[in-house]
Amino acid sequence: MRRTKRLKLQVFRAVVFVVFGAFFLVPILAMFEFSTRGRGISAPRTLAAWQSIITYPDLVGAIIASLELAAITAAGMLLLLLPTMIWTRLRLPRLTRAIEFICLLPLTIPAIVLIVGLFPMYGWLANNFSDSILTLAFSYVILVLPYAYRSLDAGLSAIDVKTLSEAARSLGAGWPTVILRVIVPNISTALLNAMLLSVALVLGEYTFANLLAYLNLQVAVAQLGRANAGVSIAVAVASLLFAFVLLMVISIAGRRRQASLTVAGTDPQYLTAGQRT
Amino acid sequence: MHSASSSGTAARSGVEVRLEELRRRYSGVTALDGLSLTLAPGELVALLGPSGCGKTTALRLVAGLEEANGGRVVIGGEDVTNVPANKREIGMVFQAYSLFPHMTAIQNVAFGMQLHKVGASERRQRAGKMLELVGLSGHANKFAHQMSGGQQQRVALARALAIEPKVLLLDEPLSALDARVRARLRDEIRRVQLEVGTTTLFVTHDQEEALAIADRVGVMNAGRLEQLGPPTSIYSRPATAFVAEFVGLTNRLPGVVKGGEVDVRGTRLPLVKPDTSDGPAIALVRPEAVSLVVDGEIVPGPLVGTVIATAFLGATSRVTVDMGDGTVLAQMPTSEAGALTAGTRVRLALRKDPVLIARDEKATTEA
Repeated sequence: MRRTKRLKLQVFRAVVFVVFGAFFLVPILAMFEFSTRGRGISAPRTLAAWQSIITYPDLVGAIIASLELAAITAAGMLLLLLPTMIWTRLRLPRLTRAIEFICLLPLTIPAIVLIVGLFPMYGWLANNFSDSILTLAFSYVILVLPYAYRSLDAGLSAIDVKTLSEAARSLGAGWPTVILRVIVPNISTALLNAMLLSVALVLGEYTFANLLAYLNLQVAVAQLGRANAGVSIAVAVASLLFAFVLLMVISIAGRRRQASLTVAGTDPQYLTAGQRT
Repeated sequence: MHSASSSGTAARSGVEVRLEELRRRYSGVTALDGLSLTLAPGELVALLGPSGCGKTTALRLVAGLEEANGGRVVIGGEDVTNVPANKREIGMVFQAYSLFPHMTAIQNVAFGMQLHKVGASERRQRAGKMLELVGLSGHANKFAHQMSGGQQQRVALARALAIEPKVLLLDEPLSALDARVRARLRDEIRRVQLEVGTTTLFVTHDQEEALAIADRVGVMNAGRLEQLGPPTSIYSRPATAFVAEFVGLTNRLPGVVKGGEVDVRGTRLPLVKPDTSDGPAIALVRPEAVSLVVDGEIVPGPLVGTVIATAFLGATSRVTVDMGDGTVLAQMPTSEAGALTAGTRVRLALRKDPVLIARDEKATTEA
């Protein structure tokens, strides 16, 4: 009785896994297939499109710019959001709703409207400050706020921020120490999630860059698509794979952390192995 | 005041801690209304009171976790009123969940020392010693979630004391624990405190805790200190009606004040404050000041009633007597309570101890 039930569950899981796996993988495989086609119907498979990625300097520049933007955006988001959220939790709990509302706003405003609003600012930035593509990070930080807020909020809700920070302060910790050595280690999964979402969002961003006439990864891919479809698809597959790898890294890191929190008590070997001071 | 004993922890003498006219308001509500209190070096003072009386606010002001609207905090002769919490050299134990979840017990204990730039080897040694002091040597590598509530609080105590604080602040450290653990840990806290000799402020709403371990108990009400004194005098000579009713059980017996005495059901009892003005009043009488007489002739009268329940409390028993117009509690050694089954007719005898008067019924029942 119990065995058949378990078997049924396993079959169900396998079916779900296969169906969803196919849903995600088939388009990617199709893209990969397309990007490795040779010229002509009977021509042999070739990695020429992949190899030629680096021969497009615009594309390489755009890839680097997008990676830099992703890093800057993730860092800027954390620098802006983490202290703010901790501070509102500790000192201004009445403002929690307001902060949440502000952070979720970018989700409700269409990108095109945001651009119209931001356009004059970028004009001013380009004239007085810098016309580097990296200035896009300012608007990207705003763009990722809703997702990052949700993730960090979940992490901070899972711990008793007030008691932990007061305990740390009574032991002699200043605010930077409280945040970096007490709060951050206990919300590491939430932090990783927030950063992943930011990175994925920035790597896939097209509208802002295109309308503000900057050449980021997606804009470059779209332009290239008109000239050489094979290369543009190869780059698209590569950026998807990059996002997958990031996701895997984060879920593995998260799982390992959870294991150290739940399994440690039952495994005496872990206790001695995990002893650090 | 108390010298440290021989268990190997560094013998330290505590410092004096002074709270001077501390005031604190929260958006219109006065939480502390000019609290002054001096803790002698090495002394353990318990602040006792109902929730909202300001006791936790007082402790948080000493810790520096909140800012006072007026008054001073002086620790060891140094005015720390404007010193941030992390520079005050205090040790604090919270109600619960204060251990850092990502650190083991010993890492928790060592954390404060690390911030105080204690070297790694000394840190480990001292952290081990602190865990030994609270009886948790075998649990050094456990995380908070692998320990019971009582063990977590022991680690929190060890962590607070590891930085050799000038003051130890205990914020209801036992209230989240179950009764047996609470009593054990309570005595444990007192033992450790006497051993290290740190001046300690202990905040609780549990009178038993306060009376059991404190050198002096301060009973607080509505942001003010109602009475400060040794546990015995708080219990046996309460200064105000509030203290009498908050600490221990009290019978509220209607009577009439006349000429410095109060007449309760025909028995004249002396008053704690003989200058109380004449008129009807409520006399506060401890259950142990009420004895019950069963033998002899029991004729109906103002002091005669019927036993309705007997609660066995171990060495003593508490008997509830129905007087017709209300009930009276009497407490006596269990050996004397054996005959007092429900339905027994008894005559009350009131011991002629000085009693307090709660004249304003409303104010005292609300508190």
